[in-house]
Amino acid sequence: MALLTPSIGLIFWTTVSFLILLFLLRKMAWKPILTSVKEREHRITDAVMQAEKARAEMAALSANNERLLNEAREERAIIIKEAKAVGDKLIADAKEKAGVEFNKKVADASREIENQKMAALTEVKNYAGQMALDIAEKVLKKEFSDRNKQERYASELVDDLKLN
Amino acid sequence: MENSFFHTRKVTIFAAELRKRTSGFVMNNQNFSVFTLLLAVFSLVNINTAKAGGSSDGPFDAKEMIMHHIQDSHDWHVAGDLSIPLPVILYSKEAGFDFFMSSEFHHDDNAEVLAKGTYLKQHGHIYLADEKGELEFDEAGHATNVAPLDFSITRNVASIFITIIILVALFSAVARSYDSNGVARGIGSFLEPLVIFVRDEIAIPNIGEKKYAKFLPYLLTVFFFIWVANLLGLVPFFPGGSNVTGNISVTFVLAIITYLITTVSGNKDYWMHIFWMPGVPVAIRPILAVIELIGTLTKPFALMMRLFANIAAGHILVLALIALIFMFKTYFMSAVSIPFVVFMSMLELLVAALQAYIFTLLSALFIGMAVAEHDHGHEHGHEAHH
Repeated sequence: MALLTPSIGLIFWTTVSFLILLFLLRKMAWKPILTSVKEREHRITDAVMQAEKARAEMAALSANNERLLNEAREERAIIIKEAKAVGDKLIADAKEKAGVEFNKKVADASREIENQKMAALTEVKNYAGQMALDIAEKVLKKEFSDRNKQERYASELVDDLKLN
Repeated sequence: MENSFFHTRKVTIFAAELRKRTSGFVMNNQNFSVFTLLLAVFSLVNINTAKAGGSSDGPFDAKEMIMHHIQDSHDWHVAGDLSIPLPVILYSKEAGFDFFMSSEFHHDDNAEVLAKGTYLKQHGHIYLADEKGELEFDEAGHATNVAPLDFSITRNVASIFITIIILVALFSAVARSYDSNGVARGIGSFLEPLVIFVRDEIAIPNIGEKKYAKFLPYLLTVFFFIWVANLLGLVPFFPGGSNVTGNISVTFVLAIITYLITTVSGNKDYWMHIFWMPGVPVAIRPILAVIELIGTLTKPFALMMRLFANIAAGHILVLALIALIFMFKTYFMSAVSIPFVVFMSMLELLVAALQAYIFTLLSALFIGMAVAEHDHGHEHGHEAHH
């Protein structure tokens, strides 16, 4: 059948034409098109990867910021706490020192008072003794003005001695 | 008498083409029935024209008309009496090379022309005249004269040239449509997905990520060549209307190229699986080798026949439906024929893309089989493991 009989001329021209077409399209179309497509795909992949990386970096950065902030907060709290402690200690120390000083002053004062009191008492004692001696001298002088009395007394003393 | 017969035939063919063409417009239109009606009226005019052309014509020969349309021809009939002359290039030992325009045959299938030798044309074939300047026939009515090698730029060859011009213009425009970001604009944004489709859905799955790049230009070219040639064949008027991909010579060349690529790029594994199939008993291997060897030829043969038969059948069907109008000699028939032609043309639009896809897919599959790396689990692997 004529339809199934290949013709040499058409085979020849189809072959030549198709090979030329293949060559032309390869050079003028497929190569630039496929290169562009491939480059674009690479670029898109790269961009996506970079965006991912940037996002991760941003997350890391904000986490870091958060951490720094927290640290700063903690530090502040510590500093405040320490300052308070120092202040408290200062006050306490001052109080204690003042107390010690006060006690010392009080002790000194009472010791002085005691000393003064003792001195005054000694003086009073001495004076009273002197007065007693004077009175006794005067009494004795009056008592033993006569001779009898002196002898009686002496014998009494001797008696006492004997008894002992 | 003969002249008027041929004239009439040309007119009827024109009418058929006109109807095919108008049916092409309807496809894009939603308002189906209105257009069918219009076409029915339109066809009336054409039948009258045909009748006016020669009322004394012989009976309408549908087979002749269809065969004339789907076969190659030396000149390109456009419309009515207008035919585009194409170069005729002949070679024979007796007359050497000869070159003249097909118009010297007066666009007649059965004519003679005087060049270096005397060439006679019968049923579209060119023969050298014998000493008496005539054709001689055998009992079956076939000419027995010497037929020179015919390298003419026929209608199909010219169609192939047009296809090539369209493809190169289209895809070099696509290549130029990329902006600095590598994004296709305009026509590129429309055609690039098709290129990527061939790459991602045909080449890579069948050949593999590593080896596809070498074969991709061929697959792309064959895909778009077949598709555009198919589509051009669906256009019923110049520069379409010829039956390029429904011609066995064209599909033969395409199948042969796939076969050559497969054979040349076949690796050791491929030949091993053909001649000495691993994993089957040794006694069966020679038998398998014969089957496999035949298989390498039946694959491209199937490629050739599938494309040829599908496209030729589509053309025959559309033309047969058109021929119904002329066979029944009533324009009422167009009310039946035209909707069927529209339906068939829509189907053919699908087939045009589908056959291009199938040819490319199977080519990729065969190439993929030829370059596939088998991990030899069946033979060496077994021995190594035990």
